Amino acid sequence: MLDVTAPLLVDIEAFFPHGVYRYAVGGLFVGLGVAVIYVGTGIIAGASTFLESTLSYVSGASRFRRYRPSRDWRVVFTLGIVLGATVYAVVYQDGAWTTDVQVWRLFVGGFLVGVGTRVGKGCTSGHGVCGVGSASRTSFVGVVVFLLVAIGTAQMTMALGVRP
Amino acid sequence: MPLVFAGGLLFGFGLGFSHMARPEVVLSFLYLDDLGLVFVMFGAAAVTAATFFVVPRLRERAPLTGGSYGRRLKPFDRKVVVGGGVFGVGWGLSGICPGSAYASLGIGNYPMLAGIIGMFLGAYVQGVWRSKTSADAVEAPD
Repeated sequence: MLDVTAPLLVDIEAFFPHGVYRYAVGGLFVGLGVAVIYVGTGIIAGASTFLESTLSYVSGASRFRRYRPSRDWRVVFTLGIVLGATVYAVVYQDGAWTTDVQVWRLFVGGFLVGVGTRVGKGCTSGHGVCGVGSASRTSFVGVVVFLLVAIGTAQMTMALGVRP
Repeated sequence: MPLVFAGGLLFGFGLGFSHMARPEVVLSFLYLDDLGLVFVMFGAAAVTAATFFVVPRLRERAPLTGGSYGRRLKPFDRKVVVGGGVFGVGWGLSGICPGSAYASLGIGNYPMLAGIIGMFLGAYVQGVWRSKTSADAVEAPD
């Protein structure tokens, strides 16, 4: 997927300056969260449908209306995500952490993410974790597309000197 | 509901622990400076893959809802590529995706509100647009 196989063999540590422990353990927890809900309820929970299902509280548009049956548990799931991260922060982090990434990047990027995830039928958790875990070909394609485009966009942004 | 909440807690804790809740870390991955994030996605997908494979072979129906155990399979069409492309531009520009943005609030990152408002606006605009163009309105809910 990423064309870095050759250099990886040469000097693998250069690509993992923070090691892999935090990433792998974090990933296991993310997967466990999805798994727990699945075992108990049969529901496969992604993060981005919450956007549209929550909009159904305030808009009657048919795109949002169809998510009414799931909107309540999706709010609960999202609150869980926020508080789960807070638990992490309280245990491991020194007070609140705030980003230095410029607000316009968060806002414009967020807007495009909001459009793209709903048109493209999934996000990093929907396609990336749940879809790939389902061996869904649609999700494999989705992940490859957004990963490559994101890398290209980030490289271009950096080349243009936008930092942070 | 309590179980959904517990699942969310684990999910959010994982995003915090992996540092994916920090846009800087996602961007350093996309700059190809630190490829560790691969382990988040594949670590998580390995767990879900095992769960989605094993659980349906052990049980017929979910104990709490009586729902059946399926997999997340969605039909492929051009929208997956177009939407994925738009998502990729946004993700590459900001380093945020929906799950990590919610978790980011949890670690105290209040500027992320700008990103979340952006996501809601984006979802709203495409939803209203697609509700009007109607072809999607009859699509089965997921």
